Amino acid sequence: MSAVFEPAAVLWEETIPGGNHWSGLIRRGTALRITDLEGGANLAALFYNPEDKLERYNMPDSLKAQHTAYLTTGHVCYSDMGRVMCSIIGDSVGWHDTFSGVTDAAMIEGQYGKATFQTHRNAMHRSGKDGLLIELAKYGLGKRDLVANVNFFSKAVPDDNGALSFVAGHSKAGDYVDVRFDMNVLLVLSAAPHPLDPATEYKPAAVKLTAWYAGAAAPDDVCRTQCEQNARGFINTERYYL
Amino acid sequence: MSQMLTESPLDPRNAVLDQVCDAGDPWMAEVKKGQIFRILDLEGNQAVDTLFYSAADPEERYSAVDTIARQRQLYLTTGSVLYSNEGRPMLTITADTCGRHDTLGGACAAESNTVRYALEKRPMHSCRDSFMHALNHCGCATHRNMSKRDITANINFFMNVPVTADGHLKFDDGISGAGKYVEMRAEMDVVVLISNCPQLNNPCNAYNPTPVRLLVWDPVQAAA
Ligand SMILES: [Zn+2]
Repeated sequence: MSAVFEPAAVLWEETIPGGNHWSGLIRRGTALRITDLEGGANLAALFYNPEDKLERYNMPDSLKAQHTAYLTTGHVCYSDMGRVMCSIIGDSVGWHDTFSGVTDAAMIEGQYGKATFQTHRNAMHRSGKDGLLIELAKYGLGKRDLVANVNFFSKAVPDDNGALSFVAGHSKAGDYVDVRFDMNVLLVLSAAPHPLDPATEYKPAAVKLTAWYAGAAAPDDVCRTQCEQNARGFINTERYYL
Repeated sequence: MSQMLTESPLDPRNAVLDQVCDAGDPWMAEVKKGQIFRILDLEGNQAVDTLFYSAADPEERYSAVDTIARQRQLYLTTGSVLYSNEGRPMLTITADTCGRHDTLGGACAAESNTVRYALEKRPMHSCRDSFMHALNHCGCATHRNMSKRDITANINFFMNVPVTADGHLKFDDGISGAGKYVEMRAEMDVVVLISNCPQLNNPCNAYNPTPVRLLVWDPVQAAA
């Protein structure tokens, strides 16, 4: 067991093509190294408790507890029930967006033009919202369950008045984020473009998921010791599994 | 930080609805397309946790991330459009004497209070408990089959939660004061769900939750 990524400890690996969507059950103690394979990736992510799908990632609670508007090493993702669902134990990127949401079909067509299955087959343009909804539907979830998501690899910064600028080229090919799952999590992903990305050509980057067994957060874990709030969040998670 | 403050010409004597929501209480009502809805901070530095739903289909609801991304803007003030999860305008802010309202801070909850303050704070009054209470009691909600699934990231009117360029999220002292208000025109028939935040642990209201006043004008009154 290792909180640090070791190629020898890899359990499985899977690539999500740019624009595509994915979901799966990740058991607590498993970590994923998520790698931007081509640079400029965006990976919209949502987290649900598979045993009680009304418990899900909560953006405001995650931001408030840690006094941050973005995620990087040491930060955790809270559920609406005050528990740590997953935590960022490694990161070569430094900033992952939490407040910009996903593209919908109209935004994608307006920005990149129309590219349907009829004309483009699997190179068709896909939106983040449709990708997440397709995956959610596989578990009996739907629009009511689509809440504010994390956008791994993307960065949008506010000025003093709150006006946002998208930081292009923020993530480079080979950049990664290591996410440890502290609860059993239904993980729902879309690799469609970020809603603030000004690119005019639809070519979202592929990402790779590499799973390894990282075990539970140790007493000196970087996320547990980040702030006293996180220490309490881990206690809430650990009590849930007693 | 610059603020464009915009006053309203509307007279409270012409309002078709004029109610007070006490400190810590929930409040729910329907506002029709074209009506003007005002939230008035009676004593200052309140945070009014607010959610909006389409009256025709509550699966369509205020979306913080659509509102932020579609306008490339984190804070709300006059001219801001509140977008639904379908990307449609639900309301437009038409007057604002406070100048900035928060989209990121969300509502306090018993469970998140255990994380933010102390494990022992779970029994304290919270906004999400107020939302749950309203959804189970108010006629606006009970026939619409609404539940915890519908509680999403809310607006905090009058709350000042600045984000710095380096991504630090701060809970600053309020910039609101007694008598300040925000006013918005409904672009569709909406259901409003409010928890008048009783957050006893937050220094921004001097640990003293206070009441707010809610007013609605018909379009004809608004035009007069
Ligand atoms: Zn509250």
